[in-house]
Amino acid sequence: MNTEANSARRSHLLGRLFIYGSLLALAAFYLMPLWVMIVTSLKSLDEIYAGSFVGLPKAITFEAWEKAWGQACIGTACDGLRPYFINSLLMVIPAVILSTGIGAINGYILTKWRFPGSNFFFGMLLFGCFLPFQAVILPMAQLLGSLRLSGTIPGLVLVHTVYGISFTTLFFRNYFITIPDELTRAAQIDGAGFFRIFFSVMLPAALPIIVVSCIWQFTQIWNDFLFGVSFTAGQSSPITVALNNIVNVTMGRKQYNVDMAAAMIAAIPTLVVYIVAGRYFVRGLTAGAVKG
Amino acid sequence: MRSTLSMRDRLTHWLPRLVLSPSLVAVFIGVYLFIAWTGWISLSSSKMVPKYDFVGLEQYIRLWATPRWETAVVNLFLFTVLFLAITIAIGLLIAILLDQRVRAEGFLRAVYLYPMALSFIVTGTAWKWILNPDLGVEKVVNDLGWSGFVFDWITRPDTAIYCVVIAAVWQSTGFAMAIFLAGLRGIDTSIIKAAQIEGAGLPRIYMSIIVPMLRPAFLSVIVLLSYISIKSFDLVLALTNAGPGNATEMPSTFMFSATFRRNQMGVGAASAMMMLMTVAAIIVPYLYSELRESRNEH
Repeated sequence: MNTEANSARRSHLLGRLFIYGSLLALAAFYLMPLWVMIVTSLKSLDEIYAGSFVGLPKAITFEAWEKAWGQACIGTACDGLRPYFINSLLMVIPAVILSTGIGAINGYILTKWRFPGSNFFFGMLLFGCFLPFQAVILPMAQLLGSLRLSGTIPGLVLVHTVYGISFTTLFFRNYFITIPDELTRAAQIDGAGFFRIFFSVMLPAALPIIVVSCIWQFTQIWNDFLFGVSFTAGQSSPITVALNNIVNVTMGRKQYNVDMAAAMIAAIPTLVVYIVAGRYFVRGLTAGAVKG
Repeated sequence: MRSTLSMRDRLTHWLPRLVLSPSLVAVFIGVYLFIAWTGWISLSSSKMVPKYDFVGLEQYIRLWATPRWETAVVNLFLFTVLFLAITIAIGLLIAILLDQRVRAEGFLRAVYLYPMALSFIVTGTAWKWILNPDLGVEKVVNDLGWSGFVFDWITRPDTAIYCVVIAAVWQSTGFAMAIFLAGLRGIDTSIIKAAQIEGAGLPRIYMSIIVPMLRPAFLSVIVLLSYISIKSFDLVLALTNAGPGNATEMPSTFMFSATFRRNQMGVGAASAMMMLMTVAAIIVPYLYSELRESRNEH
């Protein structure tokens, strides 16, 4: 009896050991690239070429970060990533606000003011979530050209807003559908109109999904490369395009530490958002898979 | 009095449609009209600038006769199969392990998922450095004493595509894990308890009872990962730049270089339409079934 209990305990212990061992090994694999990026960016180029890859830097230097931020050459200009970082900020902030705002009011209409055909419209919008953008790049380039917006930040804001509406509408529609219709009906009886109900009943209740939508849109737009590389050139590029240009320089000794510092600079905004609000990030991620 | 009331009624009747209409117009133009436009270009003789004539399926014939496109299609197939199989296997494994009431679950989950927050350009840059044979993983293993170890996949045309798979798996596993974990949390634990009383071991319970119950999660993961793989563009460009040579060419990179670099707008549009049709064949039935199911639930 006693030995039986012992062996059961031992097999349980072994099981736990296996579970934690596997989870930690996998965690190490997923953290490794981030670790390598950080330590490489803090080393001098000589130390890197002397063969130090995963180890801690012998002497920490921020030289690579300074270079990546202010001096690295992108095309013919050697101003570092800073102007492109600012471009991305100027692009992402209006695009996030616009697409989230429009998505919120669309979701409100599609759940509380349904009209014949509104479900069909929703289906039409939904396909936009899964559009391979290659299929619209050519006409979009033509349109931006004729609006005199090609190669500009407002042009990118417009593109990201149009293609963001699908996702943000989906978020808000699926959220508002869980808010009971009695709430809006009661407000209507009290004399509140279309906008009044939206601003004083729906929006205050929608805080979590507003956060989800903003985070999702911020991550998507900040990380976008296809639109940036197709519609902008040179000085007006977003940061992902500039990063790719820095990394693909083939002249001279490759400055891996500057590459890694540049990659970290491009990654930090979305990483910070993820660390601060990871919970909401996951909700956005799984929204495409969870039906409303 | 009555007329103002009916005015207001009429306003509340039309206002929602009025407010919704700019979005509808934007999506109609940006998605559907533009697709039609691309479709038209793919049937024209456009080269450097769009030309609105009609040459039938000539560009499609030219496309399928291009060896580079053939490489792209073969790569996409190979990449999709490996990427899906490995991502699903590891994602499911992590989800099941995390579901065993482990400590620090929140922290571990965050670790597996953070790559999803990164740009594919960042991921490509990092893995390009890790996989380079001169100073990366190969050198580390050599220095540890295994001097014969060779890991130069990224420099060889026949293996570079596997490097894209490694980086893509690294970035997307967390996504598969999150969906599987949500599925596992929705399963009634009393089923597991009952099976345990019957004497079944935990691995068997998972293999024959739990995993089959995750069917909806599998469907979502497969559809969404296929979509990621068809449109993957940034990662290939940052990691291998479609090389060495054009060994890691994908439909997305082909479309881009044909259109913007090689003045073959018609061929580029034809390749974009092929991509669109592939995505539509996967996504439209999926959306249809999701929407119909949710309608039945309400």
